[in-house]
Amino acid sequence: MINLIINDQKVSVQAGTTVLAAAKKLKINIPTLCNHDDLCVAGNCRVCIVEQKGARTLIASCATPATEGMEIHTNTLKVRNARKHIVELLLSEHRSDCTKCYKNQNCELQSLANEFAFGDHIFLDLVEDKKYSIDRSSPSFIKDDSKCIRCQRCVRTCSELQYISAIAVANKGAHQKISSFHDRPMSHVVCTNCGQCVNRCPTGALVEKTYIDQVWDAIYDPDKHVVVQTAPAVRVALGEDLGYDPGERVTGKMVNALKQLGFNSVLDTDFSADLTIMEEGTELLVRLKKALVDGDTKVSLPMFTSCSPGWIKFIEHKYPEFLPNLSTCKSPQQMFGALAKTYYAKKRNIDPSKIVSVSIMPCTAKKFEADRPEMRASGYKDVDYVLTTRELAVMIKQAGLDFRNLEEAIYDSIMGESTGAAVIFGATGGVMEAALRTAYEIVTGREVPFGNLNITPVRGMDGVKEASIKIEGCVEAWSFLEGAELKIAIAHGLVNANKIMKLVKEGNAPYHFIEIMACPGGCIGGGGQPIPTNMQIRKNRMKAIYSEDENMVLRKSHLNPEVVAIYKEFLDKPNSHKSHELLHTHYVERDNF
Amino acid sequence: MENTGLNKVDLIFEKIDNKEVLAKAFKMTKEEIIKEVLDSGLKGRGGAGFPTGMKWKFTSEEKSPEKYIVCNADEGEPGTFKDREILDRVSNKVHGGMAIAGKAIGAKKGVVYLRGEYRYMLPKLMIELTSFHKMIKEIGYDFNIEYRMGSGAYICGEESALFESIEGKRGEPRNKPPYPTVSGLFEKPTSINNVETLVTAMMIVKHGAKNFIQYGTKDSRGSKVFSVSGDTPTPGIFELELGMTVLQFVDEFGDGDTKAVQVGGASGFCVPRKKFAETIIGFEGVPTGGSMKLFNSSRSMYNVLHNYLDFFTEESCGQCTPCRVGCQQLLKGVEKVKKGEAKSTYLNELMKLADSMKIAAKCGLGQSVGNAFKSIVGNFKEEIIY
Amino acid sequence: MYQVGNLVKELSDKHGRVRESLMPILQEIVQKHNYLNDEAMVEVARELDISAAEVYGTASFYTFLDTQVKGKYVIRVCKTITCSMKGKSDIIHTIEDMLKIRVGETTTDKQFSLIETNCIGWCHKAPAILINELPYTELTPEKVSEIIKDYMQK
Ligand SMILES: Cc1cc2nc3c(=O)[nH]c(=O)nc-3n(C[C@H](O)[C@H](O)[C@H](O)COP(=O)(O)O)c2cc1C
Ligand code: SF4
Ligand code: SF4
Ligand code: SF4
Ligand code: SF4
Ligand code: FES
Ligand code: FES
Repeated sequence: MINLIINDQKVSVQAGTTVLAAAKKLKINIPTLCNHDDLCVAGNCRVCIVEQKGARTLIASCATPATEGMEIHTNTLKVRNARKHIVELLLSEHRSDCTKCYKNQNCELQSLANEFAFGDHIFLDLVEDKKYSIDRSSPSFIKDDSKCIRCQRCVRTCSELQYISAIAVANKGAHQKISSFHDRPMSHVVCTNCGQCVNRCPTGALVEKTYIDQVWDAIYDPDKHVVVQTAPAVRVALGEDLGYDPGERVTGKMVNALKQLGFNSVLDTDFSADLTIMEEGTELLVRLKKALVDGDTKVSLPMFTSCSPGWIKFIEHKYPEFLPNLSTCKSPQQMFGALAKTYYAKKRNIDPSKIVSVSIMPCTAKKFEADRPEMRASGYKDVDYVLTTRELAVMIKQAGLDFRNLEEAIYDSIMGESTGAAVIFGATGGVMEAALRTAYEIVTGREVPFGNLNITPVRGMDGVKEASIKIEGCVEAWSFLEGAELKIAIAHGLVNANKIMKLVKEGNAPYHFIEIMACPGGCIGGGGQPIPTNMQIRKNRMKAIYSEDENMVLRKSHLNPEVVAIYKEFLDKPNSHKSHELLHTHYVERDNF
Repeated sequence: MENTGLNKVDLIFEKIDNKEVLAKAFKMTKEEIIKEVLDSGLKGRGGAGFPTGMKWKFTSEEKSPEKYIVCNADEGEPGTFKDREILDRVSNKVHGGMAIAGKAIGAKKGVVYLRGEYRYMLPKLMIELTSFHKMIKEIGYDFNIEYRMGSGAYICGEESALFESIEGKRGEPRNKPPYPTVSGLFEKPTSINNVETLVTAMMIVKHGAKNFIQYGTKDSRGSKVFSVSGDTPTPGIFELELGMTVLQFVDEFGDGDTKAVQVGGASGFCVPRKKFAETIIGFEGVPTGGSMKLFNSSRSMYNVLHNYLDFFTEESCGQCTPCRVGCQQLLKGVEKVKKGEAKSTYLNELMKLADSMKIAAKCGLGQSVGNAFKSIVGNFKEEIIY
Repeated sequence: MYQVGNLVKELSDKHGRVRESLMPILQEIVQKHNYLNDEAMVEVARELDISAAEVYGTASFYTFLDTQVKGKYVIRVCKTITCSMKGKSDIIHTIEDMLKIRVGETTTDKQFSLIETNCIGWCHKAPAILINELPYTELTPEKVSEIIKDYMQK
């Protein structure tokens, strides 16, 4: 243990602890900007400087390990002056138009300005000399360099968590900036639209592209029938933007709120998540059969899940040779969209051209996905607008709803029915668990051999998880799987996805089925989720997901009555011709830069 | 204060038998080498002035199978050109100094980081390096030197930025601690020394510490190479004993009309005429990596300051706030004051900003921008204001 | 625009496919082609298995690793204090007049680029310039026009 003194209070910490963390232990708050719990230390904003007795300069508390006998003061005149200068300097490079900024009131720079730099600015305005650009090319987010404080959180996110480095630091000195490859538009580089950078940007320099106004317009258009679907991970995070603690489920209130906002039908992506399990599970079993029974050597195994559009774009850019290994299933969002303007339209007797299909997603990549040219199976744009969890919270605030006191409501029908299996799609390992619950039962006629259906080996925050399940006692049709060991792997966060892909590429991945989610923790940690994010927050959301599952009556996808019904009435059977037309897709190879 | 007067010395460029000196050095234990250098009081000649013996001692104490000795030949400080001259004339001694340092710290590998502006020297240096490698092999010593080139970035002279650059990255200075002696190039214990430091150390091994401490003052032992430029009839390279006053220096090199001397380059201090007599050139007064620029009364100190600030605004790596934005503010600030678009009292705010940069910037660059700024504005305010 | 051809592959073979080879590889491409074009940077990224944005980000840090088209002869005029005191502006004007370009530009025949640079370590012989790797010092307008004339004839 290391003993030090901060503001005259003694504290003991483990070797390697930073001064910042040691101060936190004493509940002494030191402001930070470039520091982020999920990322490596940068030490570049200098906001966290403190005074160390005997040191020539101030030290960056986030970047300096505590040492024995250290004496630290966090609030001396020297520190205060320098800190104020730093905030003022950042503001002088910054286009501070808070009142029209999307991050107004949720901005770390603004909070600091509020503490240290109110009143007249000390320094000259530098913005007028800069040729800042705003990149609106991505359908998912906007990159506004005039709001950037060069903390490099986004760069570290994209490289450390996502292994992409679609953006990097470019130039030096006064011209230093965050840039894609040779300043190309974000829509034309290797970016996966995952939005993890957006989640960690302390300012308005990276924000989702919002479609709130378009959705309001649709809602108020008497000619339109607006359906909305909500992804599983939204209900366990939305509350954070509305005053709840991380991990509080607000499903019923959210449904009610959506009704109050004026959506004509409030439906659940869970329904199509269950459908995904039917389609994807069947696809897996078919591939296994072809490989094991028919001896077809061209079958692409392992099979990868395909519900995470960030992951899809990653593999399209980085490992296009493995596109055949992707399940051809669309993501639940897009399955829903395709059905909304076909099945739903028909059942409800609504002209599909009058349907506006909106989805509420924890994800920014879904905005891109909805825009893909492949996603028009219904003959229309299957999903018209994708809003993030954050945008929904904004709409709720705009409408003046007293969210906390809303009654709980239930989803509309049809396509509003859900199971626990669908809910857990929101957490890493969830798709795998849901698939196993169903596939195992199809093959053996029995429930998965795990207590209370909880397949714990696939749960949790480990970056890469592996498991295997021995298949015994198969029913007649699947007897060729008797005794087989189904090997599976799960990765979340693209840096972990890359680890698995490396193995696959080297031929060292013995798996049959691999679940990959682009975001850390899965969709609960999605790029469209409330800000801030860190491991504890993600864990809380994950816990909420599993408790939502436990509270459901139905916990297996194949038991979802609406799923059963749609096969009977419309799709025939999983992987049918109709399914393929509406629910499956194909992928394209993309450049790796 | 001790004052030695201005005395020319011939140490760095002294003709010696390299092989003989190296043979002697390789027979010494590493403790003996380190002790000799410690006793000499030699401080780094690259600008920061850290005791070389200490640096070697710390690095030698690190337990690591792999260590590096890095020779800093990035020489980007405006007004400094002595390292180029040293490499041009006595590269064997530079390589020799590296081998000796390698022996002291337990490194078998040396890297010279040569600034891109000096690439024209590379072919010649390669030939000299080959014969050097041959020579130490003949002595029976195993040590290998490699050259890596810079590509036009002043900040890469900062030691940790230099490592980043060799590692193929942007030359952004690292957080310290850890210091290079613990985690330097490729995160291995590394002693990074200036070109001149290495040659001086070799000469100390040859002549002994006792000989070296005859020169200079208590805080600034020995002699060093000065790069003299500006308004002087005799610009060039001069090896002088440390401890003279600026006045003595100006008497020798001035053109009779010297109004200020910038000691230590853009990141150093501006000494005005009225302080020539009282200012010692050395660590007790104004330290310098060797750059001495003279300005006569025809020069506008505003132009000098503007030129330096422009330099820093471009050459800052840009990662940390105080330096990246601070430089731009100082530059724009003096421009506005000069044009009368900002009040002259705004200079007081800028002086405070310079103070903050000194203590809050991440590395030596941002920390030293205030040196020139404060000493020029402080001494020549009338030339800065409208 | 130049065609990269096998160059990046050869350089990667020579220096090794590791991050620390990035600078030597980029430097050699620039030595050969005067600047880095997008194709070259993408190739380097592929060979070293790093992102192209990072290659660009690294290159753009270093003033000698140009990512914009540059002529066969890159003239860098020192603009730091001593050269600036000793007539750098005259040198620039002379070159501008001869080549009919301004600082920052490249001649239409892609023979010359003219840029300013920071201290190149020849202050005692100011003003000084670099043409590609070679320094020219103690320049006067007459001297520099002779030098440029020679290059024009090359
Ligand atoms: C901005 C900056 C530029 C520097 N440039 C050089 C340089 O060009 N050459 C050099 O030897 N040291 C330079 N240094 C100092 C080095 O960081 C380091 O202290 C030195 O190389 C150590 O060698 P020494 O102890 O022998 O002086 C620079 C430091 C800073 C902060
Ligand atoms: S990024 Fe923050 S400080 Fe800047 S305009 Fe937006 S809310 Fe204001
Ligand atoms: S959206 Fe994802 S891939 Fe794109 S720049 Fe941000 S972190 Fe990188
Ligand atoms: S875009 Fe955001 S996260 Fe990235 S450097 Fe700028 S302010 Fe930081
Ligand atoms: S002080 Fe300047 S050069 Fe040093 S790290 Fe900060 S920005 Fe970079
Ligand atoms: S938070 Fe410590 S330097 Fe940015
Ligand atoms: S100032 Fe031009 S070479 Fe040094």
